[in-house]
Amino acid sequence: MQKIVVKICTGTLCYVMGGSELQLLGEHIPTELQERVEIKGATCLDYCNQTGSGNAPYVLVGEKVIESATIAKIIYEIKEQAK
Amino acid sequence: MAVTTNTMMLRRELLTRMIKHLKEGTLKENIDRIPYIMRPRDMDPLRCCVYKDRAMIKYRAMGVMGFGTDDEKDEMTSLSEYYDRALDRKKIEKEPLSVMDAACSACVKVNYVVTNMCRGCVARPCAGSCNKDAISFYNGQAHIDHQKCVNCGLCQKNCPFHAIIYVPIPCEEACPVGAISKNEDGKEHIDPEKCIYCGRCISACPFGAVIERSHIIDIFKSINSPKKTIAIVAPAIAGQFKTPLHNILGAIKKLGFDEVVEVAKGADVTTKNEAEEFITKMEAGEKFMTTSCCPSYYMLAARHLPEVKPYVSHTRSPMYYTAEIVRQQNPDATIVFVAPCLAKRFEAYSDPYVDYTLSFEELGTMLIAYNVNASEQSEYAVDKTIDPISRGYAASSGVMNAVAVAVGDKAEIIPVVIDGINKDTIKELRKFAKACPGNMVEVMACEGGCVNGCNVVANPKVATRQVQELAKHKYDNNII
Ligand code: FES
Repeated sequence: MQKIVVKICTGTLCYVMGGSELQLLGEHIPTELQERVEIKGATCLDYCNQTGSGNAPYVLVGEKVIESATIAKIIYEIKEQAK
Repeated sequence: MAVTTNTMMLRRELLTRMIKHLKEGTLKENIDRIPYIMRPRDMDPLRCCVYKDRAMIKYRAMGVMGFGTDDEKDEMTSLSEYYDRALDRKKIEKEPLSVMDAACSACVKVNYVVTNMCRGCVARPCAGSCNKDAISFYNGQAHIDHQKCVNCGLCQKNCPFHAIIYVPIPCEEACPVGAISKNEDGKEHIDPEKCIYCGRCISACPFGAVIERSHIIDIFKSINSPKKTIAIVAPAIAGQFKTPLHNILGAIKKLGFDEVVEVAKGADVTTKNEAEEFITKMEAGEKFMTTSCCPSYYMLAARHLPEVKPYVSHTRSPMYYTAEIVRQQNPDATIVFVAPCLAKRFEAYSDPYVDYTLSFEELGTMLIAYNVNASEQSEYAVDKTIDPISRGYAASSGVMNAVAVAVGDKAEIIPVVIDGINKDTIKELRKFAKACPGNMVEVMACEGGCVNGCNVVANPKVATRQVQELAKHKYDNNII
């Protein structure tokens, strides 16, 4: 089965706006989904230049952009895509 | 304290906006507009209304320009006037914290509240257990007289319906030394004689009412003057961005600093001196020695623990030694200490060599405002003479590890590590004066060490991993 790729932005803006927390994502993914997910780091995904700093940090789950990303939001989206 | 909260994001957004204008030289004309841009009329307010939100942003902006709320003599003074004053000043005020009165006061005076769950029972153990006669009954429910209540909590313990709840005052609860308390109007006030600058109240206040005086304007002035401006950067920096240390240091340099020096360099000196002091003291038969490099702990001992004070080492902090080395080579430069916490800002204020402090949070927003990517490959040459173990100072046990290696077999070390100052560990420390379970005590005010300082940007867990990894090896450009 194709993996769900999660790209966590580690660009400066996202990181300063709380993105570093998301580095702990791996520890929070439910065991049954571990195999389905691949977590990647990414330098600035360039969303920050489009919408203004209010909505960082950004994460890509598959094709979907998550704004003001939190671990809970990412996991929710992973579950949606894993259905 | 890097649990992301809204108050934190607001602070960072404001900093970024202000620094962008500072960089463009357009702050004066734009600063009074910023509260309106951040809180436009049609936006959902965070407080009662956008007008109050804007007023709070104004006070916060004063903080960014180095003013405390008590500097406001006339409410009509505009932010652009404060900006002019900031440009004119020679020196910044010492006390780094103030409370925004208007943002505060949302918290209760008395911690115990009778809820609707009260059944107005016949037994009334709440009233029976109250020694202050503070509980009366009307409308079939218990009521607590706030004038009489002394917050003992007996009513809550005795209520069979769990109808009485405890409502905390977050800042007071977070302060380990009782330095923040309400005045007659119910507003919080920080006692400058008691404060140990741990910064907990800043993070704890859900209304973001505690603000810090920033040195940003003064640092800008120096960077844009012919004077050399040198950044000395605390070891905790290594964990703040997801990139190797030399990239981070290189990014800092791009902000306009003439030189960027690691404070780990001074940590080398601290380790050496601390080890020598320890050996001498043990030979002289002293019971134990504690570290001194955490300024919040240093202030705790000085202001609250007279019995422990004599055991605090006289060795100076890594910041002090680094600044001393830099000052010898650059007698006329402005030295800016880049730091993870408020206590360091306080320490730097009285330091003979450091001029200003830039917090990690301010640094992070400066990078954003300058569009400098911290992860970009940098040519910055890391100082190879620094002992890698010194880079570990930023995480709890780091100082102990370094000193233990330096002491070697010249004396026996029995280590005790106090990881985080709180009401319990203060009690523990107090007992050490009579009987200490070891002979070398490391104390860090923040749990986990400087990586968990009140002004960090990275999650402390993530940062700790990076810092500890770095401390293990000779510097290698590929280690994150
Ligand atoms: S820094 Fe994350 S999208 Fe630009």
